[in-house]
Amino acid sequence: VTGEHHPRPTSEVERRASALEALLVERGIIAAADVDAIVELYANDLGPMNGAKVVARAWTDEAYKQRLLADGTAAIAELGFSGPEGDHMVVVENTPQVHNVVVCTLCSCYPWPVLGLPPNWYKSAPYRSRMVREPRTLLAEMGCELADDVEIRVWDSSAETRYLVLPERPERARALDEAALAELVTRDSMIGVERL
Amino acid sequence: VDGVHDLGGLVGFGSVEHEPMEPVFHEPWEGRVFGMMGAVSLAGYTSGPSFRHAIERMDGVHYLASSYYEHWLTGLATLLVERGVISASDLLDRVDDFPLARPIADDPLPPAFAHDPSPSAAFPLGARVRVRNVHPRGHTRCPDYVRDREGVVVRVDPPANVPELEAHAGRVVPETVYCVRFACADLWGDGRDGATVHVDLYERYLEAV
Repeated sequence: VTGEHHPRPTSEVERRASALEALLVERGIIAAADVDAIVELYANDLGPMNGAKVVARAWTDEAYKQRLLADGTAAIAELGFSGPEGDHMVVVENTPQVHNVVVCTLCSCYPWPVLGLPPNWYKSAPYRSRMVREPRTLLAEMGCELADDVEIRVWDSSAETRYLVLPERPERARALDEAALAELVTRDSMIGVERL
Repeated sequence: VDGVHDLGGLVGFGSVEHEPMEPVFHEPWEGRVFGMMGAVSLAGYTSGPSFRHAIERMDGVHYLASSYYEHWLTGLATLLVERGVISASDLLDRVDDFPLARPIADDPLPPAFAHDPSPSAAFPLGARVRVRNVHPRGHTRCPDYVRDREGVVVRVDPPANVPELEAHAGRVVPETVYCVRFACADLWGDGRDGATVHVDLYERYLEAV
């Protein structure tokens, strides 16, 4: 890596990754610049700031919210967000009585256009194994304590649909405008492991 | 396949190491692997279901002991070797060891899922359905924890490509997908969580109750 002044020992997996990339580039299968461009896009341009705009719009525009709940893919595309892992979006709404949370038990399915790439914990064995079996306990462990009478709906994204949770608008945010509201919306609240 | 990737409901993995502000890539090589997969896919060398199946064919101990992007690296290298784009010895010319997943021939197209779709949308909204108790050797999107369990159709999605046929036969065959709601109590035998779990299931996984 350019600019790295203190080289550290490379791990085996790192050596394997470099070997495969060098081979594919040498054979003309891919270009290193294409890899660079993809890394750049996902590291910088896609992320929960996109989903936060969708949520803030839904909080401030009731007609938009209704479109979002009726056809997530189309309503999200209105704000310019679409692409791989976002072709079939379903938005699920939290209310005082219902809490939604998303998991992918088989792999790592996640709505890239609105949330970017999934965090490690989302792809980890503890999260994937436990969220479908003991959601209330696991949510509490992750800092999201729910009253016993709040119904929990877990969404296991096993096929092509990708889910986004629409969190409840916090009371404290009543006076804020759309841009300020978007600042309040976290990745975790849109996965459903946090209430705002 | 009933592999270690099918994690729903397993016990013994401890607590979630939750890092609220984690970076997109923890190490530069993770980004390179992600980008390589993207570039190889754009160049038309692989499909989503094939890639996932390659990861699912990893040695179970290797899968559980390795990081997410090591899964990607192993799956990607396996597919490229199987498709003749590179060879295992090309890799071993460059590094001492490059573990690959087991060959796809070990995981045949599940016969129970090999047929073309029946006329679609057999189950209306609100229908009670049971997940067929079929345990294919190959790729499937039917998690084990819902097999032989009953639930209710809460959403009927437009047809999507059957992943079994895409992964094993390279065939793109759309079929209706149903979002089925299961009570946690029905899945796990106790009512303590008072929750429901929703799973998106292809029509061929389901039968009427």
